[in-house]
Amino acid sequence: MSFNNLDTLYRQVIMDHYKNPRNRGTVEGDALTVDMNNPTCGDRIQLQMQVEDGIVKDAKFEGEGCSISMSSASMMTQAIKGKQIEDALKMSKAFSQMMLGEEMDVDGLEMGDIEALQGVSKFPARIKCATLAWKAMEKGVHEN
Amino acid sequence: MDVKAIRQQFPILHQEVNGHPLVYLDSSATSQKPLPVIEALDAYYRQDNSNVHRGVHTLGTRATDKYEGAREKVRRFINANSTAEIIFTRGTTTAINTVAYSYARANLKEGDEIVITPMEHHSNIIPWQQAAKATGATLKYIPLQENGTVSITDVKNTVTNQTKIVAMTHVSNVLGTVNPIKEVTKIAHENGAVMLVDGAQGAPHMKIDVQDLDCDFYCFSGHKMCGPTGIGVLYGKKELLESMEPVEFGGEMIDFVNLYDSTWKELPWKFEGGTPIIAGAIGLGAAIDFLTDVGLDNITKHEENLADYAMAQLRTIDGITIYGPEERAALVTFNLNDVHPHDTATALDADGIAVRAGHHCAQPLMKWLNVTATARASFYLYNTEEDIDLLVEGLLKTKEYFGDVF
Repeated sequence: MSFNNLDTLYRQVIMDHYKNPRNRGTVEGDALTVDMNNPTCGDRIQLQMQVEDGIVKDAKFEGEGCSISMSSASMMTQAIKGKQIEDALKMSKAFSQMMLGEEMDVDGLEMGDIEALQGVSKFPARIKCATLAWKAMEKGVHEN
Repeated sequence: MDVKAIRQQFPILHQEVNGHPLVYLDSSATSQKPLPVIEALDAYYRQDNSNVHRGVHTLGTRATDKYEGAREKVRRFINANSTAEIIFTRGTTTAINTVAYSYARANLKEGDEIVITPMEHHSNIIPWQQAAKATGATLKYIPLQENGTVSITDVKNTVTNQTKIVAMTHVSNVLGTVNPIKEVTKIAHENGAVMLVDGAQGAPHMKIDVQDLDCDFYCFSGHKMCGPTGIGVLYGKKELLESMEPVEFGGEMIDFVNLYDSTWKELPWKFEGGTPIIAGAIGLGAAIDFLTDVGLDNITKHEENLADYAMAQLRTIDGITIYGPEERAALVTFNLNDVHPHDTATALDADGIAVRAGHHCAQPLMKWLNVTATARASFYLYNTEEDIDLLVEGLLKTKEYFGDVF
């Protein structure tokens, strides 16, 4: 492997999300708030979701971490906004499958930019970075 | 010191990682193992494996001789007065916890103080937090100077006659600061406190003389000094260890067992409940022989040169922030511009260069530095200036790579 292979991991779209994160900030009004961190590396995220009638009306995040964890949070919030909770959970499952290098069971859902993170599966030490935001989302949904 | 010949003793170093020759710069996390250590483990399991201190058969005697022989090697290595003062543990963490459980809980009460510093590894913080909570004692911190060192004036101002324990790292695993243990020990003793030293980053790299330091406890790990994982040492002054209760009870550590009470073996065995870490201790003994053959003073000198060279070379990189004092042990903790240290470490790994990234088990220190994470390159006897050149080259490429995508 050489530096060129880093492109497998750091795709342009990932860097774009890292540099210009979508949905960074806090939700106004009542929202589900989840704090999660990765104790082995210090990355942390606060995810806020506004859920009405089983639909994610709004999702925002704050946090500190590497390009993978922060871009993943940006993509995740973008993807789940306007989705049914069940669909958000389905996407999370598909994302886990992608991280394991397995075939994704997307069930007709549009994963969008998220597929850019596929390369992370080739960097096992970084999978936890990519899944942090999704774990936070699942935790929020299950605690609700 | 012939580094080329030394490198020949470390088979793991001679491999390619991601298509590049491995450059191992993570010895502060764990060191690599030389052939004599690997062979000592192999020989023990092939020829001598048996339980120790029991049974009369030949293998049992051989295993016991080797295990206790390793204890004598450790005693000489740190110049302890007696092998009664050398307790084998699982590592530094277990050694510190043993003192925090046994000594601290028996000797601390409300109003007493435990004094540590913000540069400690989590394993020299949490045991004291827990001991303070259990006894009502207060945990106090000696403030750090701006460059990440400890001033004797601050030590004198923090340690009082209420202080019962002072616990300090010999060498910071993040800043590379080498603490003035002998002077701090003197201040602790003047105030009637005992002194515990976290020597995890000290013992592998410099000659340790516990009698000269006069510390009461010195804790270190085998795996950071060319030995196997799972073995460490708690050195304690005999009269203190004698006054302490064991924390693990079971086989091996008993004298007589009755239905309702029991008595303990003498030192050091009363602290070694259960079948001990026999192979680990033998491996540590082999590591000590290896380090002693090379010469601890030679290793220290070599590392000083590497630290100076690394500081000079890394400083040439535009946008690098280096943490810690100018005078330091052989490790450099840094951040590169806006590139997150995990991304730096992944990029370097693509070039076969292994560095650590994260909080280095020192979250309070990260807070003090006002960062969430850092990257760290650490060096040992087998590293060369060429390794550092490759690191610098890798970092320049990393900067360019992430500069381009940003």
